[in-house]
This record gives sequence, structure tokens and C-alpha cells, in this order.
Amino acid sequence: MIEMHDIWKTYPDGTVALQGINVVIDRNEFVYIVGPSGAGKSTFLKLIYREEVPTKGQISVNGFNIGKLKRRKIPYIRRNIGVIFQDYRLLPKLTVYENVAFAMEVIEAPRRLIKRRTMEVLDLVGLKHKAGSMPSQLSGGEQQRVAIARAIVNNPAVIVADEPTGNLDPDTSWEIMKLLEEINFRGTTIVMATHNKEIVNTMRKRVIAIENGKIVRDQQRGDYGYEI
Amino acid sequence: MRFSTLARHVREGGKSVVRNGWLSFASISSIAVSLFILGVFMLLSLNVNKLADQLDSQVMIRVYLKLGLDEAKIEEVGREIRRIPELKTVTFVSKAEGLERLRQMSGEEGKEALKGYTEENNPLPDSFEIEVFNPQTVAVAAQKIEAINERDPDQPIMSVRYGAGTVEKLFKVTNALRNIGLIIVAGLAVMAMFLISTTIRTSIFSRRREIEIMKLVGATNAFIRWPFFVEGILIGLIGSGITTLVLLFGYSWLIGTTQKDIGLYLIELASLEEVGWIVAVSILGLGIILGVWGSVISIRKFLRA
Repeated sequence: MIEMHDIWKTYPDGTVALQGINVVIDRNEFVYIVGPSGAGKSTFLKLIYREEVPTKGQISVNGFNIGKLKRRKIPYIRRNIGVIFQDYRLLPKLTVYENVAFAMEVIEAPRRLIKRRTMEVLDLVGLKHKAGSMPSQLSGGEQQRVAIARAIVNNPAVIVADEPTGNLDPDTSWEIMKLLEEINFRGTTIVMATHNKEIVNTMRKRVIAIENGKIVRDQQRGDYGYEI
Repeated sequence: MRFSTLARHVREGGKSVVRNGWLSFASISSIAVSLFILGVFMLLSLNVNKLADQLDSQVMIRVYLKLGLDEAKIEEVGREIRRIPELKTVTFVSKAEGLERLRQMSGEEGKEALKGYTEENNPLPDSFEIEVFNPQTVAVAAQKIEAINERDPDQPIMSVRYGAGTVEKLFKVTNALRNIGLIIVAGLAVMAMFLISTTIRTSIFSRRREIEIMKLVGATNAFIRWPFFVEGILIGLIGSGITTLVLLFGYSWLIGTTQKDIGLYLIELASLEEVGWIVAVSILGLGIILGVWGSVISIRKFLRA
């Protein structure tokens, strides 16, 4: 599903973010990426959704060698990857419904299908009744659920989540995690960077720890491993 | 592109105009205001052109013939003159007609002085009144007429007059008026473009984040660009539409007022039919171009990243 082979990443300003990453993430896995701030977690995720290209090494996602992908092909591989962020990144001037439907309009799905599928995923994340609200009228947890609905609406093979619970209180965080686990059970690979020790230690999954741009630990049903 | 996608882009572009409230308003008004100034100058310059054309077209060549030529000779000279390609009309004015005209133009005193002249002792020469196609070629045409005289051993032409010197000065003035008008209109068009691109850039900059998000969910550049394109058309169309209406109504009101006012009868304004469509088409066209150009150019920067 996701394969990285000797991946190095140096930013134009000289910052070395990743130094020789080798990893294989299989279909249907749920992986936590942990490690100190600035260790390279975000860069690791950005490589997966082709926001960044590696300076050296090979990366393939869903069978595509995305290191060599042409710029104009990027939108098409993004459609098979759902992304979720700490700051939700909803379109502020669109309603909840329109935000989710947008991801389907992009792939030029028929309008009737868009309507059915959008309501279906809004129901899944428990926000059917807020379809007409604007993002600014929602709580943080609700906004993140809209973002999740948008991420899954096109049935992507992979979901990449960068600290999805970073701005949420513990109860809300758990709601989001249960939702992600549910999505994972339905067959979607999830790669999630997090600083949330409690979640990692309770909802046990594969843990990959990155420090100084290197993988220092890769453990099935691992623990968080850092003291806060 | 599917038709439903195109419909979606049009819908989103329209919605965006409404949802971006004051920014759309700022863009529309900056287009309307700059095009209005442009339109006023266009009308002004069209009228100056008309005036210049009128002045130009009054330029005439008069050819005075020697006294005592027989009719055959007069006809021959007439034929020679008519061969010159620059000339539009050549009218023979006999000395009797000349005297009659002089009588009509003169006041009471002049009439008194002309009383003694009759058919027999008419002192005036026969002449030709000549109009040229392009008033600017009057000097060349006059030279050609003089050349006819040079070739003829009888030298039948006494003099060729077209107001040499005066005519050149007139052309200098009318050409300068036309050029100044053109420069001002071009300058205002450029100014309008800067004003509008700044406004639209501000509005798109504020939506930079939106564009990033659209790209994250896999929107192609074309998909992102289309609604902005539609939005540009709408903003341009609304802004220039308002301007066109104001200009046309304002101008027809102006024509109405000046026609009633006898004090202004000397200046004949170009009619609405004459200039209305030029102004409407150029303002609307320019408005749409400005709107589209503003949005497409400004968005390009964010799409490249």
C-alpha cells in the first residue's frame, strides 16, 4: 500500500527532515507516527499525499511511484488519499454539506450520487442534522468530523491524519478516534501522526517512532514510549 | 468536462460573487468607476473627432481661371482637373454665379458697392470649387492642379487657393486633439487595469487557503480556476453594465438639454445612435476582459505552488 525505500528529504533552506526512511505499510493497517516535534513526522505524511517530494529514494502509494509523478497528475492521486489536519481545513464559506460534496464534485460525480453519498457519510459521522450549517457555527469536534466525512466520501484507500485530535478535549478526541477506528474496520488504511500518549497507549496499534528523521522504533501494538 | 460540472462552475462563480460580499462590491465599483471615467473621455473624444471631421470637411480648393477664356478651354481645364484622383467633387462656378453669391453674402453697404456691376462688366473670374476625399491631401491636390497650369502653354489658371498655411494649422490642431484624446483614453484604460487587478488580487489572496484546500482534496487547476473565471466575467459584466447604462442615459439627457438650449446650437453633439453602440460595446467588452483578466492572472500565482 505505502512503501518507502531509503527516503531522504532536505528542504531548500537546508533543514534535513528525513534521513533514510525504509517502511512498508500494508492495506488495512492503522499506524501511529510518534516522536518529538520537528522529528520529521509531518514531512513523512506530506510525502504520502505528495505535498512534498523526496530528495532521494523511492516512494509508492497505492502502487504509484509518486516520487516521479508529473505535477498535473497530482490531483488524481490525491483523490485516493483522504487527509485530516489538526486545524480541520474546511472551506469557510461553504456549508457542511457543500464542504463534503466538494470532494465529490472534484471527481465530477453525478449530482444525485453526490447527494446520496454526502448524506450517507454525514450520517456516519453523526452530523446529518448540521448539513446546512457553516463551519464557523460548529464546535471543534464537529468540524473535525466534517473533515473526516470529506476525507472518506470518495472511499479512499488511505487516510493520512496529522494530529487530528491536537485541538480537541479528551472526550471529543475519543469520539474522533472511535470514528477513525470504525473507518479502519471498513477497510481503509490509516496513518496518523499524534502526540496523544493516552490514545496510543489505550487504542493499541502499530507504532512508528521517528527521531531526527530516522525510524527508531516500529512496533505492532506498541506504546507511546515518551514521557510528556 | 461534463455539462453538470460546467453548470456547477457557473453556479459556484455566482455564489462566490454573493458570498464575498464587500470584496465583490469593491471589484464591481472599481470597474464601474474607472470605466465610467474612461467612458466620459471616450464620449468627449468622439465628439472632438466629430468636430475635427466637420472642420476638416469644410476645407475646399478654389481654382480661379484667367479672364476671357472661351468655353472650350474652360471645359478642357475642367476635364484635366477631374482626372486628379484625390478630388471628390469639382463644381464649376461661372462668374455670373460668383457675382450673385457675392451679392448675397455682402451686407447693405456691400450691395451698394456692387450695384454698378452687371453681366457685361462683371470683374469676377470663372472658378472651380473642389472638395477632396481626404482633407489632409488638400495641399498635394492643389499642387497637382498648379502642375496642370504649368503644362498648358496658355496658363489658363490665375490662382489656386485652399487657405495654405491656415489649413495646415487647422490640421495640426485637429490632429493634436485626436491624439490627446487617444492618449488619455489609453492611459485611463491602463489605470483601470491596475486598479482592478489590485482589488481582485486582494480578494483572491484572502482565498489562498481555500485554493490550498481544494488542491488537497484533488481538484485540478482547471477545476479551481473555472469558478474564478465565471466570477470575473460576472463582476466585469455587472460593473461595466452599470457604467454603460449611466453613460448612455447621461449622454442622451445631455443631448436633450443642449438641443433645447439655443445658446449651444453651434456645437452639434454626436447623436446617441452615432456613438452609443461604440461606447456600449467597448465598455462592456473592456469590463469583461478586465474582470476575467484580473481573476485569471491573480489566481495563476497560487495555482503554480
